[in-house]
Amino acid sequence: MSDQPQDTFEPRIVAFFCSWCTYTAADLAGTSRMTYAPNIRVVRIMCSGRLDPQFVLTAFNQGADGVLIGGCHPGDCHYQEGNYKCLRRFHLLRRLLQQMGIAEERLRLEWISASEGDRVQKVTNEMVEQVRRLGPLHLNRPAVEGHHDTTTVPGGAK
Amino acid sequence: MSSKVTVDPITRLEGHGKIDIFLNNDGNVERAYFQVPELRGFEKFAEGRPAEEMPQITSRICGVCPTAHHMAATKALDDLYHVDPPASAKKIRELVYSTFFVEDHALHFFFLGGPDFIVGPTAPKAERNILGVLGKVGLEIGKEVIGLRKQLRGLIALAGGKVIHPVLGLPGGVARTLSKEDQQQFIAGADHAVEFALFSLKIFNDVVLKNADYMKWIVSDTYTHQTYYMGMVDANNKVNFYDGQIRVVTPDGKEYRKFRAQDYLTHVAEHVEPWSYIKFCYLKEVGWKDFAEGPESGVFSVAPLARLNASDGMATPRAQEAYEGFFKALGGKPVHHTLANHWARLIELLYAAERMQQLANDPEIINPVVRTLPTETPTEGIGVVEAPRGTLFHHFNTDARGVITTANLIVATQNNAARIAMSVDKAAKGVIKSGKVDDGILNMVEMAFRAYDPCHGCATHALPGQMPLRVRIFDAQRQLVQEIKRDG
Amino acid sequence: MSKPKIAFYWCASCGGCEESIVDLAEDLLTVTSAVDIVFMPVAMDFKKRDVEAMADNELAVAFINGAVRTSEQLEMAELLRRKAQLVIAYGSCAHQGGIPGLANLFNMEALLQKSYTDAPSVTNPGGTRPQAELKVPEGIVSLPKMHDTVKALDQVIAVDYYLPGCPPSVKLVLEALTAILEGKLPERGAILAPDLAICHECTRRDSKPDKLYIKEFKRPHQVLIDPEQCLLAQGVLCMGPVTRLGCGAACLGGNMPCTGCQGPTDRVRDYGAKALSAISSNLDASEDEEIVRLLDGIVDPAGTFYRYSLPASLLHSRIAGDGGKEA
Repeated sequence: MSDQPQDTFEPRIVAFFCSWCTYTAADLAGTSRMTYAPNIRVVRIMCSGRLDPQFVLTAFNQGADGVLIGGCHPGDCHYQEGNYKCLRRFHLLRRLLQQMGIAEERLRLEWISASEGDRVQKVTNEMVEQVRRLGPLHLNRPAVEGHHDTTTVPGGAK
Repeated sequence: MSSKVTVDPITRLEGHGKIDIFLNNDGNVERAYFQVPELRGFEKFAEGRPAEEMPQITSRICGVCPTAHHMAATKALDDLYHVDPPASAKKIRELVYSTFFVEDHALHFFFLGGPDFIVGPTAPKAERNILGVLGKVGLEIGKEVIGLRKQLRGLIALAGGKVIHPVLGLPGGVARTLSKEDQQQFIAGADHAVEFALFSLKIFNDVVLKNADYMKWIVSDTYTHQTYYMGMVDANNKVNFYDGQIRVVTPDGKEYRKFRAQDYLTHVAEHVEPWSYIKFCYLKEVGWKDFAEGPESGVFSVAPLARLNASDGMATPRAQEAYEGFFKALGGKPVHHTLANHWARLIELLYAAERMQQLANDPEIINPVVRTLPTETPTEGIGVVEAPRGTLFHHFNTDARGVITTANLIVATQNNAARIAMSVDKAAKGVIKSGKVDDGILNMVEMAFRAYDPCHGCATHALPGQMPLRVRIFDAQRQLVQEIKRDG
Repeated sequence: MSKPKIAFYWCASCGGCEESIVDLAEDLLTVTSAVDIVFMPVAMDFKKRDVEAMADNELAVAFINGAVRTSEQLEMAELLRRKAQLVIAYGSCAHQGGIPGLANLFNMEALLQKSYTDAPSVTNPGGTRPQAELKVPEGIVSLPKMHDTVKALDQVIAVDYYLPGCPPSVKLVLEALTAILEGKLPERGAILAPDLAICHECTRRDSKPDKLYIKEFKRPHQVLIDPEQCLLAQGVLCMGPVTRLGCGAACLGGNMPCTGCQGPTDRVRDYGAKALSAISSNLDASEDEEIVRLLDGIVDPAGTFYRYSLPASLLHSRIAGDGGKEA
């Protein structure tokens, strides 16, 4: 959790990029020496359809101030339908986050193809600034001081 | 020296509570405070929920009377959507509701409040529960009670999906039809319930009414308050748990008000004290005059004694007979003796059983049409039923999609809250003298609360720890036929 | 040989879990002949000081139901944890926060304001509120403090096992009690119910299509529900596919949808997130506008997907004034 005063606040953004498109685009941005904000931590998933909404919530729970999802353009998914599933989940998740009081700009979905390294640069810079303006996301910590860690999974699931 | 005695927690009822008793220098009670120590906030977190979920959400206010909240909310939904359920659905609802009343009242008498009379108010702590009751009335009777409740609760689950937190209520009807086989089961259950009800009244007669010491406590001033009384009645002013108007009588027993559910805000208001989370209801037009009895004080009472006082009779024959016997024995209407709630409860149990019989045998309940689909835009709805513990008000406002914008709930026990506080205070003053306080005496203070709250029953055969147990079984000639011993 | 001692306690509970024990009916007799119940406020007159007088670990098992909402409930949970060898979180509220957990969509002030000031039937011109410590003419009376949020039991003490359900079904309870008495409990931390979804035991499952395409969401009061057909196939939102079985699909038996009280299966960390994932994946729409239109049929995502599990969820509660500003 970030305790920095707002003017030096560095947002921490977790980015879930699909391997075939957006992750490749990020590589392209890198090899092309495009500079962009270092605030994103990229997690590579095989398809945006692999994105379980639990990943997004885990990221927020663990201190992320924003979550960015990158997938192939509609129609271009390597696994045909995966990005559509991602889109449907994204819309419902966004409504849920709204009800939970989390600013809309903290969750973003972008379609970025393998050749669009410049979009990775643009979207990342944009999102980092948006979240910087919003400030840190202070989730309520449910644990009473000195007690059971709340990020432990109850019920034996790992 | 002045001191404080605390009963924590209050036991043999549903919910949390404690009693703080302040003694003055002479060891007599200055004041006793009956406190409810928590708030869950249902009225607030209902906001934003789809209205049709309220019967299932509000049922979680109480897992002992979930059916009461479920029905009140369902009726509020009918009002909200301006939809009238078909007769079949109304009868199914009332049938389920009557079934619930029988099993819930039975539980309270035998397992909750009953032990205080059946075993004795100052009996050892470890005996004041169902086991002690079994010792007094016999194992066979205990099994009968368990069996009857299991049968009736099975019927509620049949019609309502689950018995604890049923799902049958929808605006305009019920979720599920009843088949001919279902109906036969209900008829069998109803017949059994009537037998059981008569039998319970007999036990009360033998164990309580014939016991001069108990009768002394029942009619004593220590457990008496003269307040207004409220209960739901049908068009003939007979007690009805499911539907009707709400009638209030004065401490003298005269009709004071009779109003529709929709007008409740004109008549009922809630008062806040800083020493309890519960809100105290009072009659708005009379006004809040502190914790006082009499016609000038807005304090009123609900639940069995109040319902009998507020009505002109019972709508079924045997219950009516019992009703008349009750008032004759206790000196006419209204009866102000709080402990008489236990007797009144059994009379209501009989009525509920007879009502079950009427509805179970009604051909309408197997009609395949049990829903009227709502067509109007929802706005505001109010639903009221009699819960076993008293009049229950549910009030919802929604947006055009039927999502709750505001909710107001006046839960049965709140209507009794002021009188309960007064009863506990008066009982403490009546039984604690010169600093003499022990477990039995404190239990007699708790009895003042228990009479009102026929809540939760429990471990039907729970054996208390570290106590040698002896169960003696007598036959009808009061000959000892069997003795069971268990060493602790 | 003395019998194992057990205790039942309720936190922010409706009492339904206590009733579920009573519903064991004559089966409870077999169990209670094997144990001594030494604390159970609903039915027995043993008091808090009786528990305090016990030695640590003197209790074999403490069954605790209800969510943790107040300082008193926290204190009792910690007390029973010290005195008991095993603590079992009994019912949805202890397991995941339960329906009282919906209060986490609001802050404490909002709850108090509504209850003691805004409710239309309340007359309280002085703005009186219940006080944790109050000086009255006779002395001091106290009330427990309300916590800011509702918590599940394992968020305040270590929990050994969980019995899910609102309330747990007779079948699950009997199986769990038998396992305890026979010393055949699974690995610590386990949920004492099979790791399968409700659909597995639902009588309608043959009518559940292999590929489910949801074209519209209908709320239960808007349609006549066919008692034989899968609810999702009828367009009625049902949590069956994402909810753990053990209740016999009781609500489906009542011709209403599952609302998820049994909580998730083993590999799911956040019930609501998984539920919304499963439901939204099967929308019959691929364009933004169409997806949004279909989702308008779910009028309350948080209350629908987190009905029983908001405190246990990864977000735990609604936050106010997002942007790092004060609530």
